[in-house]
Amino acid sequence: MASDTSFQHTYSIKGGDFINAGESSCEVRNTLKNLGIEPNIVRRVAIASYEAEMNVVMYANEGTMRFMVTPREIRIIVRDSGQGIPNIKRAMQPGFSTATKEMREMGFGAGMGLPNIKKNADVFTISSTKGKGTVLEITIFLNNHHE
Amino acid sequence: MTLDKISELLNADMLWTGNTRGIDIQVAKASDLMSDVLTFSGPGKLLITGLTNKHTIHTCEIAGIQAIIFVRGKKPSAEMIELGKKNKIFLFASNLSMFETCGILYTNGIKGVQIHQKNT
Repeated sequence: MASDTSFQHTYSIKGGDFINAGESSCEVRNTLKNLGIEPNIVRRVAIASYEAEMNVVMYANEGTMRFMVTPREIRIIVRDSGQGIPNIKRAMQPGFSTATKEMREMGFGAGMGLPNIKKNADVFTISSTKGKGTVLEITIFLNNHHE
Repeated sequence: MTLDKISELLNADMLWTGNTRGIDIQVAKASDLMSDVLTFSGPGKLLITGLTNKHTIHTCEIAGIQAIIFVRGKKPSAEMIELGKKNKIFLFASNLSMFETCGILYTNGIKGVQIHQKNT
């Protein structure tokens, strides 16, 4: 896999940093556009990435977001250290949210974050340990490489 | 519908001046919650919102939304306007409520977005 990787980068994300929140995902979007990736794929990656990045900012202490682009797929791995998700099934339900009043006032907390990630991913896995953190793995296939 | 026509219908001010030629808005979505906005699928959309922070611009950039109408007399900051300009997202401000804005645009032919389809 590493030999055919055309782009990879790992971003650090700080929990509670609403000033810079979302900028890594915007940078990724621009990079993918510059790589000539098809616009609909760029949009799906950007939405999944943005939702994942905002989840780290809102709910974790810190995290990393790793991007890998190969000729067949784009992978995003987001790891955070934080409170974890006690009930993943419930968190995946559209509309379920534990956002605070302050987060909602900033426009977040619609309860669509994880459902939006799943909707835009071809493959999506999530694992979480209470009190330790959460790992998301998102794969979006490039055209003609669906498995 | 052109952005000039939308601006005229809503009596909305354009917050930065750019070339809007070639932009044809057919569908729109109204929300103050950004994850709701990201359920948009497809490019070429208009967002109607009362949320004036820079996450509104980031969200539209991510979702490929071309223009924002800020309603209820809300005015974005100079920093937001610069961010919109940098990302070629056209910004308008209207004193109308979100309900009135949606009603006027809908009766003039703008449709809502299908939000439950898979983004393909």
